[in-house]
Amino acid sequence: MVEVQFRFRDDEAVNDPAVTVDSFAEQSNATAVRIEPGDDARTLLPQLDRLSLVEVNFPAWTDGRGYSSARILREAGYKGEMRAVGDLVIDMLGHLQRCGFDAFAPDKALNPTDAQNAFGRWDNVYQATVVDGRQAIWAKRHPA
Amino acid sequence: MYKYDEYDQQMVDVRVEEFRDQVRRRLSGELTEDQFKPLRLQNGLYLQLHAYMLRVAVPYGTLSSVQMRLLGDIADKYDRGYGHFTTRQNIQYNWIKLEDTPDILAELAKVEMHAIQTSGNCIRNISSDQFAGAAADEIIDPRPYAELLRQWSSFHPEFLVLPRKFKICVIASDTDRAAMRLHDIGIKMVKNDAGEIGAQFYAGGGMGRTPMIAPMIREFVPLDQLITFSEACLRVYNRYGRRDNKYKARIKILVHELGRDEYVRQVEEEFAHLLTQPIEPPLAELERIKAHFADPAFEAGLSEELDLSDPDFRLWVGRNTQAHKQAGYVVATISLKPVGGIPGDATADQIRLMADLGRDYSFDELRVTHAQNIVLPHVRKADLYTVWKALDDAGLATANLDTVGDIIACPGLDYCSLANARSIPVAQKISERFGSAERQAQIGELKLKISGCINACGHHHAGHIGILGVDKKGLENYQLLFGGSEGADTSLAKIIGPGFTEDGVVDAVEKATEVYLANKQGEERFLDTYRRIGMDPFKEAIYG
Amino acid sequence: MKILTGNDLKTGAVTWWTGVGWSLDVNESADVGEHGAAIIAREEGVQNVFAAYVVDAAKTDEGVRPGHIKERIRAFGPTVRLDLTVKPSEASDLNWVI
Repeated sequence: MVEVQFRFRDDEAVNDPAVTVDSFAEQSNATAVRIEPGDDARTLLPQLDRLSLVEVNFPAWTDGRGYSSARILREAGYKGEMRAVGDLVIDMLGHLQRCGFDAFAPDKALNPTDAQNAFGRWDNVYQATVVDGRQAIWAKRHPA
Repeated sequence: MYKYDEYDQQMVDVRVEEFRDQVRRRLSGELTEDQFKPLRLQNGLYLQLHAYMLRVAVPYGTLSSVQMRLLGDIADKYDRGYGHFTTRQNIQYNWIKLEDTPDILAELAKVEMHAIQTSGNCIRNISSDQFAGAAADEIIDPRPYAELLRQWSSFHPEFLVLPRKFKICVIASDTDRAAMRLHDIGIKMVKNDAGEIGAQFYAGGGMGRTPMIAPMIREFVPLDQLITFSEACLRVYNRYGRRDNKYKARIKILVHELGRDEYVRQVEEEFAHLLTQPIEPPLAELERIKAHFADPAFEAGLSEELDLSDPDFRLWVGRNTQAHKQAGYVVATISLKPVGGIPGDATADQIRLMADLGRDYSFDELRVTHAQNIVLPHVRKADLYTVWKALDDAGLATANLDTVGDIIACPGLDYCSLANARSIPVAQKISERFGSAERQAQIGELKLKISGCINACGHHHAGHIGILGVDKKGLENYQLLFGGSEGADTSLAKIIGPGFTEDGVVDAVEKATEVYLANKQGEERFLDTYRRIGMDPFKEAIYG
Repeated sequence: MKILTGNDLKTGAVTWWTGVGWSLDVNESADVGEHGAAIIAREEGVQNVFAAYVVDAAKTDEGVRPGHIKERIRAFGPTVRLDLTVKPSEASDLNWVI
């Protein structure tokens, strides 16, 4: 079990064993799933209600499929913990957060000061990902 | 042209500090080179053959004189007195020190410039028509849409680690001056039957080792869905583009393997979903951006007269200027291809001179072209002779636009760590061989493009004549290709036969022009004659 | 012979392993025999160099000449800018490169 180094949630951490995406439909009591880069996150949509932990694995941080997986689940209304695990690097933490991740379990612990800087680096953002709840620059330019 | 507001400024300022921090961690050893490399690449910093190379973005090729001047100053202060303008409308410096890079980026940020996403597996600088806003044939200025896309693609969190690099181009005229269909996504602004402006999308084009012409994937995307549709295209690519083989990771391979129709189906499905998400900027944002691109204060009622009594000036005007949408003005292209010179290179002094001319005679605007030249987009005809004189004095008045002397060439093995052969010496020898103005005039339009390796930065696939440098058992060898075009009639060039030595390929090009001149009918260009008579007469003349 | 090359971390300059340190002059290269990997690991570890690798070269009367043209251009500088080469050079020096 890799340690969660950063978590931005107030609820109790869920640490149920995560099953694979392929077996999740059959494992009807499972509440945690682990998404690998090649998995289609959308196959989970019919069972979103019973999910309380989604781990998205990054075997290499340069494989960015997990960003889409996380955002797709958030767009579909998933509210539970979205945990990035694996080869996480400081400089991508803020971007992961913007795609809906709220927990981070890097293979190797990251320098906490540098990590906090990275989470807080961007006061403003150009895009609305919606799932991060942040207002895009264009929205600030044109207040409703 | 576009001016940053406080938000835009803050974004580039924050990026400078982020990169400064990354460099600090690299120099202190916290980051290994393997960890640092993808980060520095997203800031345009490469390791090349002799040193670090920094690629600075010139969004859609548009520059103010202050920006251009700074590019010259950076060349003096941090490099070796020159810069190289690239086929993606950017500028590269070849001798950059890592420890200077944060300061260079800070200086660039002061004039609203950056090196963000000029490399790496992310959405790169958005390219466009170098004559945008000036061309007589455009339906609308494409740059506001390119700027909207620039902001959307800058630090887009979902698309920073794509399978491979991603290049977007936006044009708005039937004459394609930006190789639109050879981009990962090409966008052509069009007018529908109802007279509304929208975006026509093409996807899956590119050069490299598997050149492909992008098929159209949607005839008309309304302006208030432009970002959403782009996001759908990118999401499908991010999820399903190949990551098992870097040579098959570009979107062109995905579109090719899925088939255009299946890619379109997936994009439309994702698009329908994303339309439920409030991710599209309001049209008011597009209007805000558009206001920045309003026409400069053109004078009305100017004379169309031009005194062409100076024969050298007449030659240059005939070759290097284009019709402007405003009477009394012309679009003037400054060739960075002097006879025997290095294509796309300009000294710091030349860059500053061009900046001054842009300030004084072109409403403070300059453009970089994908053919590695510089454009003064709005010159009064009455000022043209003065401008030309100044250019001529600085060695910048070569009258060879779109002729055999106006060669596109990548840096090749003289600078690039990926190259297999040198490109520049071949370009130099060809431009010398065809150095006489009479000869260039006789041959007319002939787009010759040279790449030093299969990655095709020199666009050899799109050359009327293309040259590809290869490594043949440790020796430089050059393949010759004919029949490519990057214009509205986009086509991919074909290899004609066995390769040549450096001198051999120059001779072969000369023979090809002789075949053309002997077979040319009427006003045919080289490309037209080639398309009509086919490869055989050329092969016969070259290989005997 | 086998020689080692890499780049200086701060400047990016091309450097060659002399047996005791790193030089801009390829002619000062030491023959590392089979020890290349070990030297690279040690020198990259202490950040004296990065992106280092082993290159085949020949000892000639004029000095050390790398086997591949790419390495000779790295050692020499751009062949199209003789004013910017590693050492002052003239056109005849290109024979060494090509």
